[in-house]
Amino acid sequence: MNFVALKMLTGDRAKYLGLIFTIAFCTFLLENQTSIFAGILKRTGSQIRDVTDAEIWVMDAKTEYFEQTKALKDTDLTRVRGVDGVQWAVKLYKGSPVARTLDGKFAVSFCLGLDDATLTGAPRKMLLGSWERLREPDAVVIDKAGYALLFPDEPLQLDRTLEVNDHRATIVGISDASAPFVSWPVMHTRYSQAVNFVGRERTQLSYVLVRPQPGVDVTELCRRIEAQTGLRARTSEQFQWDCVVYYLKHTGIPVNFGITIAIALIVGVVVAGQTFYIFTIENLKQFGALKAIGVTNWRITGMIVLQALTVGVFGFSVGSGLCALFFAITLNNPATRGLVLIWQNMMGVGVAILLVVILASLLSVRRVLVLEPAEVFRG
Amino acid sequence: MISEIAVQCRGVQKEFGNGAGKVLALRGVDLDVHYGAMTLLVGPSGCGKTTLLSVIAGLLNTTAGEVKVLGEQIERLPGRQQILFRRKNLGFVFQQYNLLPALTAAENGAVPLLAAGVPRREAVKEAERLLTTLGMGNRLNALPKKLSGGEQQRVALTRALIHKPRLLVCDEPTAALDADTGHAVMELLAAEAVRPERAVIVVTHDSRIFSFADSIARMDDGRILSVAPEPLAQGNHDFVPHERVREEVFA
Repeated sequence: MNFVALKMLTGDRAKYLGLIFTIAFCTFLLENQTSIFAGILKRTGSQIRDVTDAEIWVMDAKTEYFEQTKALKDTDLTRVRGVDGVQWAVKLYKGSPVARTLDGKFAVSFCLGLDDATLTGAPRKMLLGSWERLREPDAVVIDKAGYALLFPDEPLQLDRTLEVNDHRATIVGISDASAPFVSWPVMHTRYSQAVNFVGRERTQLSYVLVRPQPGVDVTELCRRIEAQTGLRARTSEQFQWDCVVYYLKHTGIPVNFGITIAIALIVGVVVAGQTFYIFTIENLKQFGALKAIGVTNWRITGMIVLQALTVGVFGFSVGSGLCALFFAITLNNPATRGLVLIWQNMMGVGVAILLVVILASLLSVRRVLVLEPAEVFRG
Repeated sequence: MISEIAVQCRGVQKEFGNGAGKVLALRGVDLDVHYGAMTLLVGPSGCGKTTLLSVIAGLLNTTAGEVKVLGEQIERLPGRQQILFRRKNLGFVFQQYNLLPALTAAENGAVPLLAAGVPRREAVKEAERLLTTLGMGNRLNALPKKLSGGEQQRVALTRALIHKPRLLVCDEPTAALDADTGHAVMELLAAEAVRPERAVIVVTHDSRIFSFADSIARMDDGRILSVAPEPLAQGNHDFVPHERVREEVFA
């Protein structure tokens, strides 16, 4: 009877395609919005994630997320280095100077000042040039998207000059740094250079980056640093999550995306459910005839669930395919780079779609199960 | 050994609704339907023909009385067994054919075998053979919407007969057909469906097909008014009293 169920489903081509389109649309919207949402939140920790050399970030005790820094004292670096289990600790500066091109185009940028001696935290994925050239005078490495923002429609080229707070900066490398939360250029330079770009204050140190000694538990070392210095110490992963949580709590992003996702889910449930329900109701007479002929309720339930799963699987596949295509197209766009279809979201949406079609089929099944087969004699 | 009486109704009553809206559709029906004969249930609209047919087919339960179908008190069977009994022993022909619009003629005809778990290829092949017997050999792959009313009813007849049921119930099989087509369908029904091991019950108010009956039960107001002629003599399945029926009914 599975054959009969599938032919009943595909026989009404318009409704069949309508059902698949509805579920595909719902899938696309849900996967697209949840992936963009997750991608944008992930961006809040991009600069933390890009520092692969250190595992622990030490900061002011009240710091909640990456952008929010209060300068530490230079002596804090020494105190952190003195904690048992620390293999090494280096300083990191974060500022937001304005970078200007010679023709006057400018943009506020993230400027990360790396430890002069070790260049810990330098971008490892370089598109052009080399991060080792950061040791040269006035050298900066800028990310590709930032370069495109400052030099639109121009090919990537090294040794171009920027003016940063009345200081000359020479581009010695172009990196593929992860996209930050806001579309600012990301510049890496030496610590001593960065503080000049921004202007000296009494204290400059934004973060201390720490590598634990081999065999030392990272979380335990964080606890030790906090206890001994009174500063806040977080593992890279913890600090990234801190940023995510901060943006979730203090911005309208989750509400806006949440509304879109909820609407997509409601529209998907209502439209797909209603269309499938109507499809089954229109076949009620046929199901009644099958019941009279001797097809059991279980078999009919199986037929309807099979129909629902079929449109669910096809609709989900088409929607996921379209969503993957969307992200493939937008992957290299500077504004949307790094936003991808996240497989966990895809799985979650798959489960949601499965629930939607099962719910819709159960609502339809109810009508068929209570149908008296004698109804078929009533014309 | 096949019993002479295929269906036996004794004092069958059927009520619908309750309280002030209660309707007594059957008011103590006594009826015997014999193997090897086509029995017509006739009477005006609303007299209870279809309700009686539904009760006999096990689609409705009685309020009182007893119905024996092929020797079984069908409504005493547990739910699933009742359905399986119906699937195995009963064939249905509906007024509006009730074919599945997405299935071809042959596939529609094969549905009872598919429901019984027969492999698709085998079931469809059997349906094609039977449809060819019924003169539909050139329309095997046509969808119902491409078939005329008479052709659709022949497909419905195939579906009703393919699993060799012992009782065939037909609800107004000619009501949606013109006179000639209706006559042709009844000729097929009489020729292909009536068998010594099978009983056929046809509900109709189409007097043009009375001549095909071996026995006619007239109903009114939920009761059997008369059965013409008298039930067949035991074991005499070759007895086809068309002329006697016509004389008695039209008298």
